Amino acid sequence: MEITLWHLLDALLAILLLGLAWSALSGSDLRRGVVLFMAFGLLLSLVWARLRAPDLALAEAAIGAGLSGALLLLALRDSEKPGNRTVQTPPLLQLATLLLMLLLAASFALAYVTAVTGNNGDRLAGLAFGNLEQSGVSNPVTAVLLNFRAYDTLLELAVLLAATLGILALGAERRPFRKPGLLLGGLVTWITTLLVMVAGYLLWAGAHAPGGAFQAGALLAAAIVMLRLGGMTSEGLPVSRLLRWLLAAGIAAFMLTGYLATFLDLAFLQYPEGRAGLLILLIESAAMLSIAFSLGLAYLGGSPSGWEKSSSKGSPS
Amino acid sequence: MILTQLIFGITGGLLFAIGLRSALVRESLLARILAVNISGAGVFLALVAIAYRGLEETPDPIPHALVLTGIVVAVSATALALALRRRLEEADDE
Repeated sequence: MEITLWHLLDALLAILLLGLAWSALSGSDLRRGVVLFMAFGLLLSLVWARLRAPDLALAEAAIGAGLSGALLLLALRDSEKPGNRTVQTPPLLQLATLLLMLLLAASFALAYVTAVTGNNGDRLAGLAFGNLEQSGVSNPVTAVLLNFRAYDTLLELAVLLAATLGILALGAERRPFRKPGLLLGGLVTWITTLLVMVAGYLLWAGAHAPGGAFQAGALLAAAIVMLRLGGMTSEGLPVSRLLRWLLAAGIAAFMLTGYLATFLDLAFLQYPEGRAGLLILLIESAAMLSIAFSLGLAYLGGSPSGWEKSSSKGSPS
Repeated sequence: MILTQLIFGITGGLLFAIGLRSALVRESLLARILAVNISGAGVFLALVAIAYRGLEETPDPIPHALVLTGIVVAVSATALALALRRRLEEADDE
């Protein structure tokens, strides 16, 4: 193995990642930990770029560093019981934890080495590249997400919807922010417009370049967060009934496409020939809206105060 | 195995381990949620390192799609966990 400057960069990135993760986890000051975690996310998106995964770099910068960080920072406002220290565990339990860690680390290493060196048989990558022409898009990651493994993405949207329903069921939204000054308010308007435009571009570009529904949805969610921080009353969210439909739009578009294919004597989620590109764009648009509003609602932290309390009573807060 | 894969594979394993350990021993729920996120990032890193084929070669897109899915699932799980934590704290206050 020849050592080049690239490997030096790799080592530097790896050490920085580990250092940031360690200091984010070890300190007792949670605020410091959350800020370090956001820095960790940004660095991780650099690592994705280095490992030639630009789709992931975009998603990580928007979601891992941005939205997760925003959610965690917001959670700092909630009261936290004193006791950020390490739990006093009995020695036997400590030993058991250590053993479990060693076991898990060994399995992790084994799985990794097998995955990298065990090169017997066909790799899925060959199949994916071989069929890229027929997938309707030229970005291989988008092709995998929305064509070859569309079923996984459908289920992922279901996970997202389930999490959102959980958040909605847990109570009312947080107190909104106070309206900021004229300057910040104007800035929020500008940035929101810009975010919506970039999201539209990313959605379109996802077919042939890094981008796609997830990155675009995350940016739209960021726009909702901006509006929220800017003290806007409705955060750009539509009224309750429309919002409920939009939350389910991604899955609905997916399922509908899947079932319509079965009427054309195709398999579930098999796109008719020559129409794959258009169908993928349609599904991605719906998925983008679902992702955006789900993540936006997550930032609100509960069902919007405008929603009528029809079913179970919300928490008395 | 390429050296880059080795470096990031080890880093991923270490991140997974220190994240998991913190998630097990910390008392604060917020610290635990943060730790699980870092642990997950370690798994993502290992997956992307597996997909890496060198500077000139196009990497394997399937682990990339997996990780992209994983990032979105991770943030939705984090959001749900934070909402649950908030509800717990409220319940304690009452």
